[in-house]
Amino acid sequence: MLGAVYGLAPSSSREHDGASAWFGCSVTARPYRPMVTPMSSLSVGATFPDSDVVFQVHAVSKIYQTGELSVVALRSVELELRAGEFVVFLGPSGSGKSTLLNILGGLDTPTSGDVRFRDHWLSRADDAGLTRFRREHVGFVFQFYNLIPSLTALENVTLVTEIADDPMDAQEALRLVGLTERENHFPSQLSGGEQQRVAIARAIAKKPDILLCDEPTGALDFPTGKLVLDVLAQINSELHTLVAVITHNSAIAAMADRVIRLRSGEIVEVTQNARKASPEELVW
Amino acid sequence: MGTLERKLFRDLFKMRGQAAAIALVIACGVASFVSMRAMYLSLLRSQADYYAQYRFADIFVELKRAPDWVAERIRQIPGVAQVETRVVMDVTLDVPGLQEPAVGRMISIPARQGQGLNTLFLRRGRYLSPTGRNEIIASEAFANANKLEPGSELQAVIQGRWQKLRIVGIALSPEYIYEIRGGGSLFPDNKRFGVLWMSAETLESALNMKGAFNSIAVSLLPGTNKLDVISTMDRELDSYGTLGAYGRSDQVSHRFISDEISQNRITATVIPTIFLAVAALLVHLSFMRLVSTQRAEIAVIKAFGYPDWLVGLHYVEFSLLVAIAGYVLGCGIGWYFGIKLASLYAEFYRFPVLVYRLDLPILLWAGLITFVTAIAGAIGAVVRAVGLPPAEAMRPEAPARFRPMILDKLNLPSLSPAVRMIIRNLERRPLRALASAFAISCSVMILVVEFGLFDSLHRMMEVQFHDVQREDIAVTLNEVHSAQAEFELAQLPGVIRSEAFRAVPVRLQFQNRSRKTSILGLPEQGELHRIVDGTGNTLSLPPEGIVLSSTLAGILGVVPGDSINVEVLEGRRPARTIAVAATVDELLGTNAYMNIHALNRLMQEDGSISGSLMQVDGEKQQELYQRLKQLPAVAAVSIKAAAVDSFRETINRSMTLSIGTLIVFASVIAIGMIYNGARISLSERSRELATLRILGFTRREITLILLGEQAFITLAALPFGFAAGYVVCAILTFHLQTELYRMPLVVQPASYAWAFVIVFLAAVASGILVSRRVAGMDIVSVLKAGE
Repeated sequence: MLGAVYGLAPSSSREHDGASAWFGCSVTARPYRPMVTPMSSLSVGATFPDSDVVFQVHAVSKIYQTGELSVVALRSVELELRAGEFVVFLGPSGSGKSTLLNILGGLDTPTSGDVRFRDHWLSRADDAGLTRFRREHVGFVFQFYNLIPSLTALENVTLVTEIADDPMDAQEALRLVGLTERENHFPSQLSGGEQQRVAIARAIAKKPDILLCDEPTGALDFPTGKLVLDVLAQINSELHTLVAVITHNSAIAAMADRVIRLRSGEIVEVTQNARKASPEELVW
Repeated sequence: MGTLERKLFRDLFKMRGQAAAIALVIACGVASFVSMRAMYLSLLRSQADYYAQYRFADIFVELKRAPDWVAERIRQIPGVAQVETRVVMDVTLDVPGLQEPAVGRMISIPARQGQGLNTLFLRRGRYLSPTGRNEIIASEAFANANKLEPGSELQAVIQGRWQKLRIVGIALSPEYIYEIRGGGSLFPDNKRFGVLWMSAETLESALNMKGAFNSIAVSLLPGTNKLDVISTMDRELDSYGTLGAYGRSDQVSHRFISDEISQNRITATVIPTIFLAVAALLVHLSFMRLVSTQRAEIAVIKAFGYPDWLVGLHYVEFSLLVAIAGYVLGCGIGWYFGIKLASLYAEFYRFPVLVYRLDLPILLWAGLITFVTAIAGAIGAVVRAVGLPPAEAMRPEAPARFRPMILDKLNLPSLSPAVRMIIRNLERRPLRALASAFAISCSVMILVVEFGLFDSLHRMMEVQFHDVQREDIAVTLNEVHSAQAEFELAQLPGVIRSEAFRAVPVRLQFQNRSRKTSILGLPEQGELHRIVDGTGNTLSLPPEGIVLSSTLAGILGVVPGDSINVEVLEGRRPARTIAVAATVDELLGTNAYMNIHALNRLMQEDGSISGSLMQVDGEKQQELYQRLKQLPAVAAVSIKAAAVDSFRETINRSMTLSIGTLIVFASVIAIGMIYNGARISLSERSRELATLRILGFTRREITLILLGEQAFITLAALPFGFAAGYVVCAILTFHLQTELYRMPLVVQPASYAWAFVIVFLAAVASGILVSRRVAGMDIVSVLKAGE
């Protein structure tokens, strides 16, 4: 059982209560409906606000202006993300998935359209507002881990817990990803998988509302990648954190609640999985 | 233009901030070399030309009085080329517009211009006419300070009679390029001391010196042994009250200029060396980083078949381009600065022409040292670029390896991760941190030395004007007077306290060493002139025996308890053996002191005095000055406040240029180092800093992390800079000491504070420059690339 290996407690009520207390709101599981939603029915507007909806993306376009060339990265995207969901964004390179993730994570702002996180209008925030948003609500996991090489595993986590309002204990975060033993190692002394787990611990330590993962397994071999996905699945199920993973690896889609496919800057398909596969079942 | 050259210019443009910082440091080095070296050569050349053209004498001697025919005996001495006899006398002057009396040095000159030695360079007006009896030529420094022109008139007390003098010309003399009165003064007081030349005939009759002279200037034939001639002259003139012949090295003006020129030579070497060393260091650090970031490009270029040497040459060219920019800028600044310097020199040193000339050889030398600097700085990067195997270079550089180091062994849990990042980055590259700290401490050192030298100067003057010379004015009588004169001087209006002194020219001798000086006789309980050592302790004058300044005791090789031979060089010229009662560590001059009664006994005279020191009521000062100007017995009046003012003015004038320049220089080093250091860190750690931004750190916070490293280095460098500054001050004050003065080693806390403030401001300025780069950092694109 991976949970035991990583020192993750089985989904006991203790952990659940802890998670609820961290986020300051109760998380209700939604029934999963196995259906494919056509683009036209993904409307937003009058039906909002739904208390479960964390992100609300309306008519978002992003155009990059590089010299005389303008590249449309996103075209009128409509989307909502709900608390506790595990969402996978699938698409080839250039499909706009990274741009969408950047906008959701407050790294970038759309050229037009609205992005709302709860009651914050991200599309209207300035740089300082976005920084505050990232600091308070978002956990990032990157393809290349991006750990600070001069800090140990534990220090990489405390880096975040120090500036967060109500973080979990840094050692607890490392325990959740099963790296208690390696907490005093520097990134250069850790394997890729271990580094990525430190990155995940760093991302969850602030108890974020959303965990955004950009190709989290992209730099890892198959078994290590599965270990990392397992950690993400555990975080999602035990802490009820909204997890959004972008990848071009369609195999990962099986473990999601919802799969959103992008192509050429547009959402082309949204699939609701009837059953979430466990990471062990995945093959690529 | 080849493709590599095109890459060169584009890279250079991308690195323009860093390149500009390096070029500025090089420019400072080149500017200081070009200006100081050229100034050194200009001074040397101007001095040599002036001396040759206006026949500056080789040997000088002052004596009491000798008949004209004695000159013929001097002329017979082998090796003597030319002899000029003169009458020289200091007189009291009444200068229009000047309240206090001034001192004029009257010197007789031949009736026809251009004859004799130490001939005049006529700046304005005309030479003396054969008929005009009261015509004089005034020295330019004195005339300018008092706004005198040909046609102006002065009053002088000559032989107890007021005499009107009319200026017909303004001139310069190689004997008074640095125009000071001598006798312990270090800075010119052009308002109150001036040289006036008068026709020999007029002056001789005015001073009752018909058919006689009291000063000789001698020029020598090439290859003559100067010392032989000096000792022969001393023998020949022994019975005419000689004060002893001396060569150029003891001639006041020559000595000051020569000291200045040799100091110039040292600064023209030391200052540029510091700058170019820092510049080489900056090039090295920046280019090593450049090669790291361009690994892939280098690999591609090599893979295409470019030979290694061409790749190496590419970085050499890069470095040279930056150096050339610095060189051109430096030559321009140096040229401008040299002109400023020359005009400052022209205020103190009066040459007919002091042109600042920037010769081609200087420019070539500057070019050569710039070239060497550029190559030395680039060599590390070139070796690394040449040594990169193409296949390996294609792969990104291995990630930074951090291992537990000192910080982790100390086990300080309270440090924040940001502080840990800063310390570990420093620990990982200790040599780079040391190099940065070295450059910054150089900049601190430059400032501490500059401010410290002024502290010494101020302490020296404070001791002299506050502790030693406590009088308001010193009145020197034109000949020795009886004690009655003392009483009369004390009765003058406004005199609160008066203390007589007796000054006697002597030759002191101990074993085979001897020295000409004068003994100052002071009253036992005197208050107005105290004998004070360098630390401010006062020594009370013993009733018997002689007290020597340590410098003089050192020259003679005596210690307290020894007995020295004292040969008096005036009056009946008695010779006695006197015990050295004490030595005193004085800052100024080579003085000898005795109790005035003991000195009177030595002179076999009864209560004679040479003058008086006075404490004066400020209200009645003007009245007193008027009376003193009219007293025939008064040869000279020196006013302490005027000397202090003139000193302050001189210091301020030269300070503005040198302090201003060195502040700019030190700031350029500090900014160049801190800015480049931060830019290199920014480039190496852009990914790390972008990650922090994404994690929610604000720009401010990551700027602080980035600059924290530089701040730490700067703070660590400060104490070393302070210490190095103190040590260099100690070395300089030791080497700058001459027989005339000794600079005390004083560095005031304020000097350290100023050095700190300036370097701190430079650091803040660099921080602001770098923070703009942080603001412009594209955090998303940084993350796209792999390690």
